[in-house]
Amino acid sequence: MSADTAVPAPTVEVAGLSLRQLAWRRLRRDRGALIAGTVLILVFLIALFAPLITSMIGINPYDFDATALDPSKGSLPAGPWGSMSWEHPLGVEPLTGRDLLARLLYGARVSLFIAVTSVIITAIVGTVVGIIAGYKGGRWDTVIGRGTDLLLAFPQILMLIALSPVITQRLVAMGLAPDVARVFYLIIVFVFFGWPYLARLVRGQVLSLREREFVEASVAIGAPTRRILFKEILPNLWAPLIVYVTISMPTIIAAEATLAYLGVGIIEPTPSWGKMLADSVRFFTVVPSYLFIPGTALFIVVFAFNVFGDAVRDALDPRAGRG
Amino acid sequence: MSDTGPLLEVRDLHVRFRTRDGVVSAVNGMSFTLDAGETIAILGESGSGKSVTAQAIMGILPSKTATIPQGSIRYRGTELVGLRERDYRQLRGAKIAMVFQDALSALNPVTSVGRQVSEMFRVRGDMSRRQAKAAAIEVMSHVGIPDPARRFNDYPHQFSGGMRQRVMIATMIALRPSVLIADEPTTALDVTVQAQIMDLLKELQRETGTGLILITHDLGVVASVADRIAVMYAGRVMEQGNVDEIYQRQANPYTVGLLESIPQIDERVGRLPAIPGLPPNLLAVPPGCPYHLRCAMPIDPCFEDPAPPFTQVAPGHHSMCWRAEEVYAGERVAR
Repeated sequence: MSADTAVPAPTVEVAGLSLRQLAWRRLRRDRGALIAGTVLILVFLIALFAPLITSMIGINPYDFDATALDPSKGSLPAGPWGSMSWEHPLGVEPLTGRDLLARLLYGARVSLFIAVTSVIITAIVGTVVGIIAGYKGGRWDTVIGRGTDLLLAFPQILMLIALSPVITQRLVAMGLAPDVARVFYLIIVFVFFGWPYLARLVRGQVLSLREREFVEASVAIGAPTRRILFKEILPNLWAPLIVYVTISMPTIIAAEATLAYLGVGIIEPTPSWGKMLADSVRFFTVVPSYLFIPGTALFIVVFAFNVFGDAVRDALDPRAGRG
Repeated sequence: MSDTGPLLEVRDLHVRFRTRDGVVSAVNGMSFTLDAGETIAILGESGSGKSVTAQAIMGILPSKTATIPQGSIRYRGTELVGLRERDYRQLRGAKIAMVFQDALSALNPVTSVGRQVSEMFRVRGDMSRRQAKAAAIEVMSHVGIPDPARRFNDYPHQFSGGMRQRVMIATMIALRPSVLIADEPTTALDVTVQAQIMDLLKELQRETGTGLILITHDLGVVASVADRIAVMYAGRVMEQGNVDEIYQRQANPYTVGLLESIPQIDERVGRLPAIPGLPPNLLAVPPGCPYHLRCAMPIDPCFEDPAPPFTQVAPGHHSMCWRAEEVYAGERVAR
């Protein structure tokens, strides 16, 4: 290497960035994250404005359309591909002739609402309980540990089926419409059976974090326990929490589909992606597009969640290289 | 709080740990006093009870296994042993603070350095976020962190070892505590940085009149900064006194052995003399003087209880040895 090729180091202004600014900057440079994030925002916007969009196109998720069905084929869609047409861009539902695009858009509202709400509540409950169990230890840990063991030992699917009418009736008695009651029922059970997993994960992390010297140092500056838990320990838990959220989001959408298939999920006439998937299986050989439409939508959302979650976790790690 | 007696007074402190193998007596009758502006060095090998003493003063002994069966720690006359956690919390950081050995592990890896320094102001709850930030930047610049406003949002891993220790010190002196415990503050640093950090601590002490407890096994550090030394062995103070006096005239065979094992720059030596053997297992400290197994000049009473008395050989100079007077008078046994 000769000396005269040496270029003076460019004087880069290294400004201190807060973690949020740093994460935002890294995310903007990550093309995968940008695409995934855009997709997710689009999906959420579509779900939010589903009534507006459908009325603009002139479709409706609840109206039966006998003209799109062929009575001679047992009320299957008259045209190919589920009778796709300008009138019904993604075809119609067999037997009823309801518009699939409209049901897909409305279904996104229900499915995403259930998934997001359950995951957020689960994350809060599981994190708080896990932090307390891990940090307090002793009796707290024993009680919480046995509690989670008990819940995890429940045969969940059986419980879900058995509890469904009881809880739904309670909610209806409280003044909710039956289909809305089902939505709340699903959220309640997903949270109820979901938090123990997260609480265990968090507890394990906290057990090792609380022995770290920075926690001792924080005690030594006279910080109260609440502050240590939520200002010192919680920031170290973001990575596993984000992974948990991105993994459980698709799991819950899939669980919602399973329950719909078993007849304890979303009920008529409300559409959801899970319910569409469950209904479509019976018609797979004759109308395959009916299965592929909600399936593809689910795949895109799940994939986008995973890519975005990964990127956010990387971006939030201050130890990763500056980007 | 009554303002009586010395700044900090530790008297006959005992600390025990319950372990699976039995009860470990980590500290067995530690006593010393500390006045404002004074530096006392607690010197000893690993496992001699130095850090446990510091934790006991801070009240951060692991509550599940550690007990203080005997002894007292008084801060300006207030008894700290058995003090309610809520009251202790008021003292920590504000009155008694502690600089940890390894700043990298003592700083939260996912919180910016500035946040951690301003935390000290925020914990007390009487400053807004903006005020705390300004105060933190001031302290950071005070401890010699260049351009603290710009580095405020950086993370611990982006700092060098010496700068990290400065951050740690900034946090701990933020509220101008009257007692500062430094638990091997320079062990994790290289030599030139060690000197800078010690200078910084001394300078801060001169400004604020803080009483400094320096825990170390580094005899060189001790000589340059301490006023008094307490030499610990197996949880006991073997010798205590003025630093110059102890360096010149020891009254305990253990201290003699320790000082002999320092290489001298002006002497040609073959093999460096070392104290043979290992410190005793604290699960079963032998009767009598804990040092008798390694001592070069033991006599019969050394092997039996009671332990030797803490003999005064000169004003303010004490030694726990049956032969303290003889050692002080210059008697040595060649090894």
